[in-house]
Amino acid sequence: MSEGIGARVLRKEDKRFITGNGKYTDDVTNHGQCYAAFVRSPHAHAKVKSIDKSAAEKMMGVEGVFDGHQLTGDGIGNIICGWAVASKDGSPMNMGAWSALATDTVRYVGDAVAVVIADSPANARTAAEAVMVDYEELPVVVNAGEAIKDGSPQIHPEAANNLIFDWEIGEEAATDAALAEAAYVCEMDITNNRLSPNPMEPRSAVATYDASEEHYTLYTTSQNPHVARLVLSAFYQVAPEHKLRVIAPDVGGGFGAKIYIYPEEIVCLWASMKTNKSVKWTADRTEAFLTDAHGRDHITKAKMGFDKDNNIVAFKVDTIANLGAYMSLFSSATPTYLYATLLSGQYNIANIHANVRAVYTNTTPVDAYRGAGRPEASYLIERTMETAARELGVSPADLRRQNFVTEFPHQTPVIMAYDSGDFATNQDAAMKAADYAGFEARRTEAASRGKLRGIGMSSYIEACGIAPSAAVGSLGAGVGLWESAEVRVNPVGTVEVLTGSHSHGQGHETTFAQLINDRFGLPADNVQIVHGDTDKVQFGMGTYGSRSGAVGMSAIVKALDKVEAKAKKIAAHMLEADEGDIVIENGEVKVAGTDKTLGWHEVCLGAYTAHNLPEGMEPGLKEGAFYDPANFTFPAGCYICEVEVDPDTGKTEIVQFVASDDFGTIINPMIVEGQVHGGVAQGIGQALLEEAVYDDSGQLLTGSYMDYTMPRADDVPSYVVSHETTICPGNPLGIKGCGEAGAIGSPPAVINAITDAIGNNDLSMPATPAKVWAAIQASQTKQAAE
Amino acid sequence: MASISMTVNGKTVGGEVEDRTLLVEFIRENLRLTGTHVGCDTSQCGACVVHVDGKAVKSCTTLAAQANGSEVTTIEGLANGDLHPMQQAFKDNHGLQCGFCTPGMIMAATDMVNRLGKDLDEKTIRTELEGNICRCTGYHNIVKSIQDGASKM
Repeated sequence: MSEGIGARVLRKEDKRFITGNGKYTDDVTNHGQCYAAFVRSPHAHAKVKSIDKSAAEKMMGVEGVFDGHQLTGDGIGNIICGWAVASKDGSPMNMGAWSALATDTVRYVGDAVAVVIADSPANARTAAEAVMVDYEELPVVVNAGEAIKDGSPQIHPEAANNLIFDWEIGEEAATDAALAEAAYVCEMDITNNRLSPNPMEPRSAVATYDASEEHYTLYTTSQNPHVARLVLSAFYQVAPEHKLRVIAPDVGGGFGAKIYIYPEEIVCLWASMKTNKSVKWTADRTEAFLTDAHGRDHITKAKMGFDKDNNIVAFKVDTIANLGAYMSLFSSATPTYLYATLLSGQYNIANIHANVRAVYTNTTPVDAYRGAGRPEASYLIERTMETAARELGVSPADLRRQNFVTEFPHQTPVIMAYDSGDFATNQDAAMKAADYAGFEARRTEAASRGKLRGIGMSSYIEACGIAPSAAVGSLGAGVGLWESAEVRVNPVGTVEVLTGSHSHGQGHETTFAQLINDRFGLPADNVQIVHGDTDKVQFGMGTYGSRSGAVGMSAIVKALDKVEAKAKKIAAHMLEADEGDIVIENGEVKVAGTDKTLGWHEVCLGAYTAHNLPEGMEPGLKEGAFYDPANFTFPAGCYICEVEVDPDTGKTEIVQFVASDDFGTIINPMIVEGQVHGGVAQGIGQALLEEAVYDDSGQLLTGSYMDYTMPRADDVPSYVVSHETTICPGNPLGIKGCGEAGAIGSPPAVINAITDAIGNNDLSMPATPAKVWAAIQASQTKQAAE
Repeated sequence: MASISMTVNGKTVGGEVEDRTLLVEFIRENLRLTGTHVGCDTSQCGACVVHVDGKAVKSCTTLAAQANGSEVTTIEGLANGDLHPMQQAFKDNHGLQCGFCTPGMIMAATDMVNRLGKDLDEKTIRTELEGNICRCTGYHNIVKSIQDGASKM
């Protein structure tokens, strides 16, 4: 059976997970290890008047109690946002200071003020409760729309009226003019609900300081261990880069929340030096809810103008983005360059203008969560398109189709140049799979059972593999967004691939090995994928933004090209043939058109014995590559959701969910389908169930699984997933990326379906039974009045 | 302190533990069997499911002392040979991604079969999985895995 590109290869990494032998950070235990417990603010906004550590310091098993003054006194730097976004007047963003342990002011519930290091988790926690902090409470604001009003509580002295930046993209005057002349304008007020990412493995860190070598080792739950090392070294001055090893072993899901470098990792490293002990910290679920960066939380007003023939002429968007109490690592990019640059959707729109105000509030920091800006854009566009179709009295499918971009490359008015796609084919495939034409009969049948049946569509586009590095640098990114790979061929012909990508569920150990099989015909079992350790892999940017395929695998391909070229030179020399006649297939190296053959392992051994190499060639067979993409990639697709709503209870059941995606080349369809399933479930969660809720005093009301509704197995359907492929011209494999699409495309499809079912378009996410029931009542009251 | 003794994966184990020690702490920290995971602290997520005297139990809300004298099976001790049919089914059907919830899912799934038999329909499986949360798979392939694994048990 083929194990190459396109094959449904079962996962190499599964055995350790299904037998309980995965090695996650909390599974790491060092001799004499101690445990960290954080003292966290119970107030959303307060002055820290004093911290009394004396009682805690005397308690059983306590090695040390440390606060923010000691941390900053030791020269540990503030946590920073790594992407500079300037306001439209040219002024730089107003970033407030964020110390890993707060010194004078706490700004959200969960803000850490001190840490206890003790010999057991229970002793650490008990002592943490004995640290006496005297707070003076300050006024609180949690809603971003309220935070920018005059007279609101001021959270950072650097940001007047809590405004971080007031940014724009596109041509405002032209957009206003086009809207003024439009035959019809669809106006939308959209809230994108705040979510908690909730990877099932809570964040964890195990830090060890070796005093004799002045060297640190950090095991941590990271999607990008090299970025973590860079930031911990260059910006937070925890340790010099060559004296810090960061290992992200098996990581139990990320979804964006494990991109960032959090206070806890900084403090554990520093505390391991202070105590000369190995220090472990693992979040409990409530700590995860309080401190893992949240996602979404936009308030938006939008206007979309159409001409008399229903062609879109303009789209104007005004968004307020809640960034929480501090600016997380990529928080500024998420509601700007990852959001407003996608506001053209799949459509020809000549005029677009977006204004985004990013705002501090007394809530958990907000950053990229699966999709990161693109779900917010897609929800806005696709709710607007469906609403416009209803108000114009035309088919939502047809309105989309007549406005689809059909020629590529296509330059939008908001930076992006779409390189490929076939949106109509995706829509056809989804409509066929969903039996869109037969829907009215199903609606009638459902009505006979007393159920309200509705159908909703979403034609999403997104951008992956953020790139090229020079372009993102010009937009304010503090890092380059390339990827690295090294292919080491051993003397016996087995292959180790060292990659800067990081797998935390994506199955890289399998898909990356498929590339080697495809190239040389070696069985996947002869390939080892190495990732997640800064001592093994030289550098890498990690895994987020659906970049491991389009960027990470492209780097591997570049390194393979070099390995193949050298192997062919060696084989040509050994076989006394012309280099151009050498072919490598099925684990054999042959001279085309002859019976001259060497085993792959013979060529590899030849490279290492170096007994018979071409004149001047270095021994060995090992090549590295850095790959910097030429453009973003643009996955796109069409999702159709069908629901039945019980009018008596407001409960929604998703009876069918169809996804037709264009991800470019697919390496392993089984894994890609799994990515869509998981993404769609998270999108359904956002649409129906999930919301991080604060009360007016800034207390997080959804701080456990008793309160925050995670999608369970009986909340979601089986999914109908298919692919319609156009090849991405921008990278050697033609890959577009598949990791986030499901979460990007699905929420509008669900809400479009429910609002279709109940006949009331005024419905916000999450569409809980209570909200849906109220919307049904409002609709019936309105009908009765008419 | 409590003096406890139990059988875990066929081996007799025991010792002195603090009264407040949870079964999952005893399994993970004392026995160093780290396949049983902790994903929450409110008995919701099911990453910590083990079998105690043949029944699925959430070890994060069971005291180690409550399992005194019991027979405990964890994910490490489930297979009688290379892989249990349910483990194999999770691999064959791509029923896992990050793997963190997987041990609990597999232990809950085998318990489901023990209680309800091998012929499980989709609705039954989805309802029965109420106490196990997965964030990666969207449950689609977990349901398929359990149907497949059940038929082969």
